Amino acid sequence: MSFFNIKGTVNPLTALAQFAKKPHTLRFPEVEVEAKDRYRGVHYNDLQACIGCGNCSTICMNEAIDMINIAGIDSSKGDTGLRPRVDNGRCCWCALCVEVCPTGSLSLTKDYIYVTEDADAFLWTPGVDNPEGVNLKSFVSSKEHSLNVYGRVPMKELVGMERVKSFAEVVLGYEEAEARLEASRCISCGICTEVCPEHMHIPEYINAIAAGKDEDALRIIYDNNPFPEMCGKVCTRRCEEVCAMTHRGVEDDPHDKGAIAIRWLKRYVTETAPTAERIKEIVNPEISESNGFKVSIIGAGPSGLTAGYYLALRGFDVTIYEALNKAGGMTMWGIPKYRFPMDSLDKQVEYMESIGVKIKYNTRVGVDIQFDDIYSNSDAVFLGIGYQKAWTLGIDGDDMPGVIAAVDYLREINGGGTLDVGNKVVVIGGGNVAIDGARVSARHGADVTILYRRRVQDMPADWEEIEGAEHEGITIVPQGIPVKFIAGDDGKVKYVRYLKAEMKVEKEGARPSPVAIEGSETDIEVTTVIGAIGQEADYSFIPESFKDKIEINRGRIITYEYNQTKDPKVFAGGDTVNKTADAISAIADGFQAVKGIVKMLLKEE
Amino acid sequence: MKQDRSTTLYLGPQHPGITGNMMIKLQLEGDTIVKATTHVGYLHRGFEKLIERRNWLQSFTILCRMCVPEPDPNEENYARAVEQIEGREVPERAKYIRVLVLELARLASLLLWYAGQPGSAGLYTMGQWSVGDRNYILDLFEELTGGRIYHMYIWPGGVRRDLPEGFGDRVLKVMDYLEKRWKDYDRLMFDNAIFQKRAKGVGIINPKKAREWGVVGPPLRGCGIKSDVRIDEPYEVYDKLDFQVPDMYKDGDVWSRALVRRFEFLQSISIVRQVIEKMPQGPVFNKIPNPHKWVVPKGDALVKTETVRGESAFYVVSDGSNKPRRVHLKGPAYIHGFTLLEDVLVGANLADVSFIMNSLGTCPPEMER
Repeated sequence: MSFFNIKGTVNPLTALAQFAKKPHTLRFPEVEVEAKDRYRGVHYNDLQACIGCGNCSTICMNEAIDMINIAGIDSSKGDTGLRPRVDNGRCCWCALCVEVCPTGSLSLTKDYIYVTEDADAFLWTPGVDNPEGVNLKSFVSSKEHSLNVYGRVPMKELVGMERVKSFAEVVLGYEEAEARLEASRCISCGICTEVCPEHMHIPEYINAIAAGKDEDALRIIYDNNPFPEMCGKVCTRRCEEVCAMTHRGVEDDPHDKGAIAIRWLKRYVTETAPTAERIKEIVNPEISESNGFKVSIIGAGPSGLTAGYYLALRGFDVTIYEALNKAGGMTMWGIPKYRFPMDSLDKQVEYMESIGVKIKYNTRVGVDIQFDDIYSNSDAVFLGIGYQKAWTLGIDGDDMPGVIAAVDYLREINGGGTLDVGNKVVVIGGGNVAIDGARVSARHGADVTILYRRRVQDMPADWEEIEGAEHEGITIVPQGIPVKFIAGDDGKVKYVRYLKAEMKVEKEGARPSPVAIEGSETDIEVTTVIGAIGQEADYSFIPESFKDKIEINRGRIITYEYNQTKDPKVFAGGDTVNKTADAISAIADGFQAVKGIVKMLLKEE
Repeated sequence: MKQDRSTTLYLGPQHPGITGNMMIKLQLEGDTIVKATTHVGYLHRGFEKLIERRNWLQSFTILCRMCVPEPDPNEENYARAVEQIEGREVPERAKYIRVLVLELARLASLLLWYAGQPGSAGLYTMGQWSVGDRNYILDLFEELTGGRIYHMYIWPGGVRRDLPEGFGDRVLKVMDYLEKRWKDYDRLMFDNAIFQKRAKGVGIINPKKAREWGVVGPPLRGCGIKSDVRIDEPYEVYDKLDFQVPDMYKDGDVWSRALVRRFEFLQSISIVRQVIEKMPQGPVFNKIPNPHKWVVPKGDALVKTETVRGESAFYVVSDGSNKPRRVHLKGPAYIHGFTLLEDVLVGANLADVSFIMNSLGTCPPEMER
């Protein structure tokens, strides 16, 4: 550096050239500056797509989001009715809420200017307070970028034709690692809990499984369901239909829609306790001292056993009267063993008996013991008698040999009996019982056809049952109305004659109904026809005088709060009370009745 | 009465000449500093403690806030530490994008230094230029990440979103512009006789002490010592990129450090260009499990990045739960703001305090995590 630094004096002056240049700054607000396409400004929520799962609220570490009730949105099946409200004063604009939104309803917008001196005014309900945000969405959710895991861990099963060789269980269950992985997908929103008839603690036990605490999970499950293994295998799982994960899982998985496999997870947990002793060891229930009250339960089905189990825990003297030689009701006699093996059920019943539930087998009420005796010797009676009497088909020739009812057939087979159905079976009906009848016949080597009045998509049976039947080589003939059974030379049924039907919508918005096409008669050769069009209860054991006291309407017992009938001493549950015809509803009925009996007799909640 | 020639002066914590909310207690004799003591505590937000209560994903949104001018190395460090503990693979493209983001952040941060260094010597024009130019980088960040200052973009497993359509071209355009501007800056700042006079021979660091104390980054390189994590322990894809680390500026004064940064500015531009050119196609994110239940196995990891202020290290410990047990940041400012600053200030002129601080890159949020 010389004494006089010419470069150092002149060069900085070149900055003066900037006077001749255009400024870099924009004259805001005269010039509008639009944010870029991914900008993370204030939230916008599509209120219709949102299901109020609250996952945005849980992930927000600033506690900027809370879930509130808003006008015009009511809770419904699969929707809590709550919507997120954002405190824009707390938000750090990380957009994790967007990344974890299972439906993709939440997004951030290009809107970023809001000035007020009122701190409370920063509380916005996205979508309500900024409807214009719909056109400003910038940081949006997508399945590709979502942090939710949408794909279900696939369940291993026996392959189609391998199954019909035996009554081995079709579903093989999750391995430990698979269960952990599947459980870790759950976002614990609890929308499932609301639709479960029994309101099981689903997020809690799934969390326990994800954390590797299987014993905790089993204890949580036993809190309000004494039949986890049954539910883990054959539950109708309405919980999975509403799972938050279903909203974006449709493409890859049209049936389950990527719902968390709640049923299979429950199954996994129950399999970690292989014996009744082990269940008792893990659950280690607190059994109250005897309170001196005597409760009689008629029918050892899911509802009766549930009531019996929780009443016994509360110190009641419980006796269950069961007409047959095994407990379980329809889950024992109706569900084929490839779906729900015998030892699964036995283990649970054995555990119940070990905590003090007394079951009197082979005791048919009305024959071996009179209803009046039970009624007068008990402080409360629970009726869980189920629907075991099949409807007759009501078709010309339905009383001829070779025409049987599916429930009778299943009862015979499940009881270890043999009933030869021959090699050509037609099953009439489209519900789960029909499919069960068909798949059991197939396992006995028969060539099976299911004849159903409506279309396949109208079948009330579970989709996985229908699919399972198809995989096992069972033919489904939809839109076929049986009209006549024709006997062969031996007097046994030889042909089923049916008419083809077309689906017609008679009234706007009504369910299309089948209308027979004249002259379309077709005959199928059969060795046995199995009817499965519905069942009803058999109330013959109840004395006429008493039937008036407990209101029976169209085959069902009318119940009130806590499943109490008109006679305060009598409670009822299961298929005789509700129309859903599934085990979990029966369990819920039993559980409610326990609450009612405890309230009535012990005068406590 | 005894006469005392010394004055005690508290500089900060709200003084605009300070590089953030910290305070230095100065003992002066006349204009000359005889003792300097750093006082912190004005910016303590408890980041490290807060992280213990957040799950592994939630933590990443707070980490960037440990450094305003250059938040991305913190995100990258954390992500890499978690990946290391978990053994999670990161897609190649994501690594390139990470380097792109890191270098853009380095440029943005250097531009802030271009404002602060001459600004603290009274050359304010420079700051208006460089902060204006920094805005072009912030625009790029806004387009890429959705945020201008805090990007929350690099997370464990990769990055959040792929580059938008045509983003590379826009980056290159900004790089061309900045290279041109670099020459303007030279004329205004580095050629400037007054700046040179202020910078040369001021705030001299003793290389031996620097080594002993763990001084890193431009203060160390300004002593002629070649040290850069990107070369010494390459991370992401730095080993596949061609760039130089300066070791020719050996004076250890503010001027040398300024030259180091001036040199690195061009190097960063070159790295950005290479990254855009070499970036492969492919996924950018190796998906993590459901964040609520994401459990990182037991273990720990120590990772380092070269920030614009020097080597920044993260120590992350997992106890096998869904929350980090400990996330510890050792930023360069921790040494530069205490040990080094207190030493360098002795004998310096009062008017040079903030000038020296700017050259050391003292960053209070890094000192009090």
